[in-house]
Amino acid sequence: MYAQMVKSTGKGVKSREEMTEEERHFQDRVDADEKIEPKDWMPEGYRKTLIRQIAQHAHSEVVGQLPEGNWITRAPTLERKAILLAKVQDEAGHGLYLYCAAETLGISRDELTEKLLDGSMKYSSIFNYPTLNWADIGAVGWLVDGAAIMNQVPLQRTSYGPYSRAMIRICKEESFHQRQGYDIMMKMAKGTPEQKRMAQDAMNRFWYPALMMFGPSDKDSVHSAQSMAWKIKINTNDELRQKFVDQTVPQAEYLGLTIPDPDLKWNEETGHYDFSEPDWSEFYEVLKGNGPCNTERLEARRKAWDDGAWVRDGLMAHAEKRAARRTAAE
Amino acid sequence: MDTALFEFCLRMGDNTLVLGHRVSEWCGHAPVLEEDIALANTALDLIGQTQFWLGLAGEVEGKGRDADTLAFRRDAWDFRSVLLVEQPNGDFGQTMMRQFLFDAWQSLMLDRLKDSSDVRVKAIAEKASKEVAYHLDRSRDTVVGLGDGTAESHSRMQAALDKLYPYVGELFGADEIDAEIAERGIAPLPADLRGAYDALIADIMAEATLTIPDSRWTHTGGRDGTRHSEHLGHMLTEMQWLQRAYPDARW
Ligand SMILES: [Fe+2]
Ligand SMILES: [Fe+2]
Repeated sequence: MYAQMVKSTGKGVKSREEMTEEERHFQDRVDADEKIEPKDWMPEGYRKTLIRQIAQHAHSEVVGQLPEGNWITRAPTLERKAILLAKVQDEAGHGLYLYCAAETLGISRDELTEKLLDGSMKYSSIFNYPTLNWADIGAVGWLVDGAAIMNQVPLQRTSYGPYSRAMIRICKEESFHQRQGYDIMMKMAKGTPEQKRMAQDAMNRFWYPALMMFGPSDKDSVHSAQSMAWKIKINTNDELRQKFVDQTVPQAEYLGLTIPDPDLKWNEETGHYDFSEPDWSEFYEVLKGNGPCNTERLEARRKAWDDGAWVRDGLMAHAEKRAARRTAAE
Repeated sequence: MDTALFEFCLRMGDNTLVLGHRVSEWCGHAPVLEEDIALANTALDLIGQTQFWLGLAGEVEGKGRDADTLAFRRDAWDFRSVLLVEQPNGDFGQTMMRQFLFDAWQSLMLDRLKDSSDVRVKAIAEKASKEVAYHLDRSRDTVVGLGDGTAESHSRMQAALDKLYPYVGELFGADEIDAEIAERGIAPLPADLRGAYDALIADIMAEATLTIPDSRWTHTGGRDGTRHSEHLGHMLTEMQWLQRAYPDARW
C-alpha cells in the first residue's frame, strides 16, 4: 500500500438528510458501483482526498526507483540486471499513469512534484529504508510489492474511473514484480551460507517496515470512514495487514526464513496468524522525516529536479521555436 | 579458436555492457519522469544486446565462459569497449550527446551486420537494430532540442560535443582483426562507415546549431585494450564486486 494515513474531510460521513441533492445523487452512483468520471459532478472533499491519495501513490512509485536503483549497477547477473531495470522502468511508468489520473482532477504534475519536494506531500514510509544487500532487492519485490498489491487489487474497483483504470494496468505488473522478488529470495535462501545470511538479514530489516505500509489501525478513523463510503478505500488497514501476514508466513516458511516476531503463531480459533504490531513510534518518526533514508531520498529527488531545470527549459524553448517556425511558414 | 570473431564479439558486447551500465546510473535521477523511463529502457536494451554478443563470444571461444562470466570476471585490460562509452555521464546533455554519437555509429554498423556472412551475427543485428533505431530517434531529437533550445542548453550541448568528439574516431579504428573480419564478410571495415557517419552527424549538428570541432584527432586504446580510461576500472569495481566477493554463489 503506497498511500498511508490519507486525510479526508475530517468531518465524518454525512447522513443522507445532511446531504444536498447533488451529494445524494453522487452517493447513489457510488453505491451502485458506477464509475465517476472527470467531467462528472463530485463533492469537493472527494476530489481533494483523491488528489492526496493518488499523488501519494504516484510519489511513492517515483521515489521507489531509488532504493532499487541502488542495486542496478551491482546486480549479480546480466539477467537479474535486466529484470531489475525493467522493474524500475515499470515503477516510473506507474508514477506516470498515476500523475495522469491525478491531473484529471485539476492539478498539474509539476504542482504535485513541487509539493513532494517541499515536503507538503508524502510518499510511502517504506522507501525511507535502505537496500543494503542483494537479497533486499528480493525482499522489496516479495514483501513491498506484495504489500502494495494487497491494497491495489481491491482499488481496481475504486469509484473514480481514471484511478480504477490506472490500478488495473498497474496490478498486472506488480504481481510480476512480486514473483520476481520471491524468485530472488528462493535463490538466496537456498544458496550458500552467505546468501542465506543476506536473505535472513533482508527479512529482519523489511518485515516490520512492510507491515507499516498498511498504516496504523484505522477502524475508528473518520477519514477512513469517509474514504470507504466514497469507495476510494475498500478495506481497513487491519484487514489488509492480516491478509498480508496470512499470505506471507507460509511463503517465508517455504524459504526457510525466520520472521522476526517471536509471538507470531497460527490461531486455530480465528483462522489467522497472530502477530506483533510494528513499532508505531518508529513509523511516526519516519513520516516526520526521521527514517534512515528520508534525507537522501528527498535530496536525490530535489537534485534531479533542479539539475534537470535547464533540460526542461531547453526542450520547451525548442518546441516553441519549432511551432513559431511552422506558423511563419504557413 | 576463432580469435578474430571472438574479439569482434567482445568489441560489440563490451560497448553495450559499458554504455548500458553508464545509462543505468541515471535511474531515478533524470530531469523528467519520461526520461527516467526512456533511460531505463535504453539501458535495458543495451544489457539485452550484451547478453547476445557476450553469449556468442563465449560460444566462439569454447572454453565454457558464458556471457555472465565474460561480463563479471574479466579485468579491465581484457575489455574491448571504446573510450567513448566509458566516459562518465556528466550532465544530462553530455549523456545524451554520448548516446547520440554512439547510436549513430551503432545503427550504421548493425545495418551492415544484417548482411553478415555469420548467421549468428546477422540474427543479433536484426534484433538489435530495431531497438537502436529507436535509441537514435530519441538521442537525435534530444540533441537537436537542447542544442537549439535556450542559450544555456545550447552552450551545455556545445561543451558536451567538444568534450566527446575527440573519442569518436576510435569507433572507426582499423587493425588486423578488423581486416580479417571484413575479409570474411562478417562485418564491414569500420572505416567504411565513416562517410555515412560524418554526413549524419553534420546534418544533425547543423539542425542543433552546434559546431563540430575541426580536428579529427582521436583518443584510442579502448577497443584493443591497450590503454583504457581510468573510469573503466572504477566501473568494474562496482559492476563486478558481488560476483568476485562471492565466487561460489549462484544468483
Ligand atoms: Fe509500482
Ligand atoms: Fe512494483
